[in-house]
This record gives sequence, structure tokens and C-alpha cells, in this order.
Amino acid sequence: MFRIKPAMLKIAAAAWLLGATGAMADTTLEFTQWWEPELPAGSLRAIMDDFEAANPGVKVTLVSGPYATTRDQISVGAATGTLSDVVGLDGAWVNNLNAQNALADMNPMMDASGFDKSQVADIIKVDGKAVMFPVASFVYPVFVNLDLAAQAGVTKLPSTRAEFLEAAKKMTKADKNQYGWVLPLSLQTPSGVQNDMMSWVWASGQSMMANGKPDLEGKPVVDMLTFVKSLNDAGTISPGIATKTEQEKVEEFVNDRVGMMIDSLAHVNLIRKRNPKLNFDLIPVPVVENYTGKRGLPYASWGIGISAASKHQEEAWKLVQYLMSEKVNAKLVSLANAFPGNVNAKPDFVTSDKAFGKAFEIFKTGYLANEFTGLPVAEDLMTQFDVQAQKMLAGEQSPEQAAAAAQKGWMAKF
Amino acid sequence: MTRQKRSHHKLKRAVAPYLYLSPSLLIIGLLMLLPMVTVIAYSFQNSAVLRRDPSFAGLKHYQAIFDDPVFWASLWHTLYFTCMSVIFHMTIGMAFALMLNSDRINPTLRNILRVLYILPWLFTAVIIAVIWRLLLEPNGVVNSILMQIGIIGSKVEWFSSPQTALHAVTFANIWAGYPLFMVSLLAGLQGIPKDFYEAADIDGAKAYQKLIFITIPQLMPIIISISLLDFIWTMQVFPLIWITTGGGPIYSTEVLSTYTYKLAFSSYNLSQASASAVVILLISLGLTLFYIRYQKAR
Repeated sequence: MFRIKPAMLKIAAAAWLLGATGAMADTTLEFTQWWEPELPAGSLRAIMDDFEAANPGVKVTLVSGPYATTRDQISVGAATGTLSDVVGLDGAWVNNLNAQNALADMNPMMDASGFDKSQVADIIKVDGKAVMFPVASFVYPVFVNLDLAAQAGVTKLPSTRAEFLEAAKKMTKADKNQYGWVLPLSLQTPSGVQNDMMSWVWASGQSMMANGKPDLEGKPVVDMLTFVKSLNDAGTISPGIATKTEQEKVEEFVNDRVGMMIDSLAHVNLIRKRNPKLNFDLIPVPVVENYTGKRGLPYASWGIGISAASKHQEEAWKLVQYLMSEKVNAKLVSLANAFPGNVNAKPDFVTSDKAFGKAFEIFKTGYLANEFTGLPVAEDLMTQFDVQAQKMLAGEQSPEQAAAAAQKGWMAKF
Repeated sequence: MTRQKRSHHKLKRAVAPYLYLSPSLLIIGLLMLLPMVTVIAYSFQNSAVLRRDPSFAGLKHYQAIFDDPVFWASLWHTLYFTCMSVIFHMTIGMAFALMLNSDRINPTLRNILRVLYILPWLFTAVIIAVIWRLLLEPNGVVNSILMQIGIIGSKVEWFSSPQTALHAVTFANIWAGYPLFMVSLLAGLQGIPKDFYEAADIDGAKAYQKLIFITIPQLMPIIISISLLDFIWTMQVFPLIWITTGGGPIYSTEVLSTYTYKLAFSSYNLSQASASAVVILLISLGLTLFYIRYQKAR
């Protein structure tokens, strides 16, 4: 007859205890992001599988969705304390999330693990707390249609604002529906303020802020508005500015209807696919006269952070470290056609593709600049600036008045 | 039967109808009342949704939106957009319905027109927005035709100019919405007894007199019902305006729905967005009550 021995009982009890306390259970990290749908199918999961293999006992569940859905999901998760352990972040969100105490400070984690801070391109801090690393950056250089430039007699691609204005004038042939530049200021997606307007300020090493507060009435922003107005007054901007979206901007460039546009490097493959014959080159955003310093390069990024409410911050930090490590980061950004968050990582496309190679040189000689990162309600600030810029371009106010009105609106948000 | 048994039986009879209704009441409560009550509650809270411990704000958020000139501009744009849409939906719908009901048109042509006229109804709001964005863009077909026949001298930025944007989105909405009227009125027209018109013919009535004294009075219940429903639905239009203009340029097409959306998802001011949503709810509720009373009176 089978008899239960005391030793067997002890083993069973110990196993039950270990199980109940979680000592034997796997830790499952939840990672919410919008990257998976934008990457080749299965590629982010494969990276997570590699991470799991390198860290036994840690599993990663990917919670993926489109950008806008992820943004709303993260906002609600932060409010209800149900934010995933690891979250994909846009720089424009971090201020709000920090105000809700939803993001963990990664400074102590970096210190405890001896993390080499010099290897990362940037650390986004709010109130001294390290809340986000840019994992992959999508820079915004100027795309130039070389055929239109040659036809217009533009032999030297513009390096300064004055040269850009001249080139835009030469490329504009309104009777042929051809314009020098394109400016998308749709209120539906006001990111044109960041990518197509403020990028002129940052390119010249200038700032729209002073002492942590908006400085829109300062010379850099007023000069930029005056420059944009001069482009508009000269009729060089493709019509329909106030309702134009980024997609339409790219379509116009693809169809030889504009000579120059500021756009994300992420669109290079899309542009080639839509018009394989398009002959284009990339240049840095032109600067003010006599500026010789480093150029700020506008960018959008896939950022990463850790939830303050996470019960597995140690494991979450392991995942962040893993994605920021040289080899893994290079692999991820190669898949995304982005520039790395780890300064030592070199994506493979920069050696295999001339356009990306040139953009990588621009990236390496400049610095990443996006002052909307970390600002409160960044999208709302862009909308407010957008409305004032639209009024200026409609002739209802001067650049100085537009800057003053935007400054007033922004100060209310600070 | 004892008194106790009788009262038990009475109670069962009284409760039974509610038990039958309970699944529907539960669904209505969960899917309609709960979200509505929650949004109303948010409108009285500070940092609604974004904080776990929101404080009571009283009428602060209502005060804030009523003090905002953009809110009043949005309300005016909503009224203009809605009234113009309903008036033209009705006029065009009536004209096309009369045309399709007329014996003077060749039956084959009538069938072709029937299909053509109903086409806008088959498209979703997103498709309609994209179609009109393409047609009305500065380099689009509309400008090209108008310039060729000499109506305009230069390209008009229909959606991008503050002077034309509201009219342009209203026009796109009129195009999209008239088939509802057309189909409803056509059904109504086919239900009017022929005797009325024959009697009018004997009395020597002219075509316009038959329209004014027979057709319109006979269709009046349909016209009023559909107009009220159209008013309620058009007031809440969002995707068409959002995709064509985003509420711009310079707030010139901002309506209550885009104003509320921006408060919620651009400013993340969910308390004020809730207050704005409650205002829309109250306006819609007033119209709905009016509609219900009209239906009861009939």
C-alpha cells in the first residue's frame, strides 16, 4: 500500500510555498509600445525572444497598437495605476506622465548597475528625474529634388536661409503647379510646427526657450517666423498650407510638385517606392548667416521608460538596458531605418545605402534637437503656435504679433 | 386561496414585467447611462481621469468653456453647418425625389438617376472627406474647371482659406447627406393617393399649386421627422470636418465636436472636454425631446 512519507510531504510543502511566493514563477513584463506594427512582422518579438533567452525567468508580453491608441492607453494607464512595466514613449508625453508620477526615475537604476551613461545619445530628464531614453531617432533633414533644382539653375544646394529662399524662388513655377517648399500646418496634426518651423531655429543652434520658459518673442523665433513669411510672400510655398498634412507634403514631393521639404528620414524608402525615378538628395536644415557652430537636428523618437508602479522594476531595467545596448540597438534601428539611441551602434543601412549614409554623417556632425520633448501638453502648444502662424500667413498679423500671441498662450500652460 | 398566497401572486405579477425587461435595462444602463453619468461626473472634477484622487471643481469647467471665445465660435459654426446642411438636404432631397417620382422622365433614365443620386450615401465619412479634399485642393479638378470656364481668376484654397473653409465643409456635408431625404420623401410621394392630383386637375390646379397644396402637406410629417433627426445627427458630425480641415484654418471650421476632441486629446483637459460634451448632450437632448413630443402628438 502506498504511504505518504514525511519527506515527500516536506518537498511538496516547500514546492507549494515557493510557488505561492513567486520564487519559482517567471516574471512577466508587460511592454506597451507602437513600434511592433511599424517594424517588419515578428522582428520585435524575435528581439524579445533573444532577451528572454539571455534572461531566464523573465518573459515579455508585447502590448502593441497604433501610435494614437498607444498614447491614449498610456495616459489612462498612468491615471489608473495600470501602466505597463515598460512603456514606449514619445518625448511630447513625458511631462504629463511625470506630473502624474507615472514614470520611474532611472537614475538610481543606472547608478546601481554601473550603466555607462556616455553610450546613450540622450537621457530625457524632467525635474531631475531620468524618465526616458530615445531608443531610435528619426531625424528630419531637408530633401531636395535634384532634377527640379538643376532645371531651375540651382547648382549649389542651400546652406543658409538666404540661399534657401533664393533656391525656393528659382524652383517655383506656379503656372506649372511647382513650388520651392512645402509647409504642412494642418491643425489635425500640428507637428508641422515642430518639424517644419522650429527646426529652422534649432538648426542654427538657437532655442525657443529661455530659463525653462517659452521665449517665443525672442529673436530666434521671430526671425524664423519672418523667414517663413518671406517664403510665403515670395509665393514659394505650395498652396493649401493651413490644411496640409505630413502625408500630403510627402506626396507633393514624390510627384515633383515641390523642390524641397523637411521630412523624416523614415520616409526615404516610401519615397523611393512611390517614385523610383525621383532623383533627390539630403542636406541639413539651412542656418542663419555666418553660423558655423554645430547644427541641431530635429528628430522624433521612439523613447522608452519604466512605470513607477511596476512591481518588476529590476527586470524592466534589464530590458531597457538590453534595448539600449550597442548590438541590440543597432539591430533594432536597422529594422526601423532609424538612428541609434546608443552612440556606438552603427545601423547596417548607413553603409549599404548612399542617402542613409549621408544622413548619418549629418546626424554625427550635428546634435539631436527637439525642445518639445518634455514640455507640458506639447501637442496643444503646437496647435496654439500653428493657429498664430496661420494668422500670420493669412496676413492678419505680423511675425512679432504672432510670436507674442503664441507666447501668451504658452505661458498659460506653464 | 389564503390572503398570503394572494399577495404573493400579486407581487409575482407586478415583478414579472420588470424581470422580462431587465436584460434590456441592464444593457442600456451599462452601455448608455453609465458612460453618460461618468462624463457628467468628470465635468465637475479637477484633473478627471488623469488623477486617481480628483477633487470637486463645481462649475469651474463650465465657466472656463463659456469664457472661451473659441467655444462660442464653435457653437456658431455648428449652428451654421447644421442649419445649412438640413435646409439643403431637404431642398435637394425633395427636388430629386420629385424628379424620380415623375412620369415625364424615361424609366431607364430614372433608374440610372436613382443609382447615381444615392451614391453619396454609400460612402463612409472618411471616403467623402478624402474625395472632397482631392477635388477642392488648390490644384484640384474644381479649381481647374472653374478657371477654364472663367468663374474664378486664380486658384481658390477652398479648405485652407478662412473665408471659404466653413462653406466648403458644409457643401461636402450637403453632398453626403441629401440621399436620406431623397429616399424618405420618394417613399412618401409614392404613398400619396393619385385621387388628390386627379381632383386638382379637374379643378384646373397648376403644377406649383399641386406641390404647395397637396404634395408638401402630405409629406410634412416625413419632412419634420427627418429634419429633426438630420439636425441631431449633423450637429455631431466629426470625421468629415476633422479630416478635411482639422477645425482650421484659424478656428474657422471649429465645431463643438472638434473643439471637444481637441480639449480631450490635444490639451488632455478631460474635465473641460467633459463639460463641453455635456453641453452637446444637453442641446441634443432638447432636440430629441422635441422629436419625441412631435412623434407622440402624431
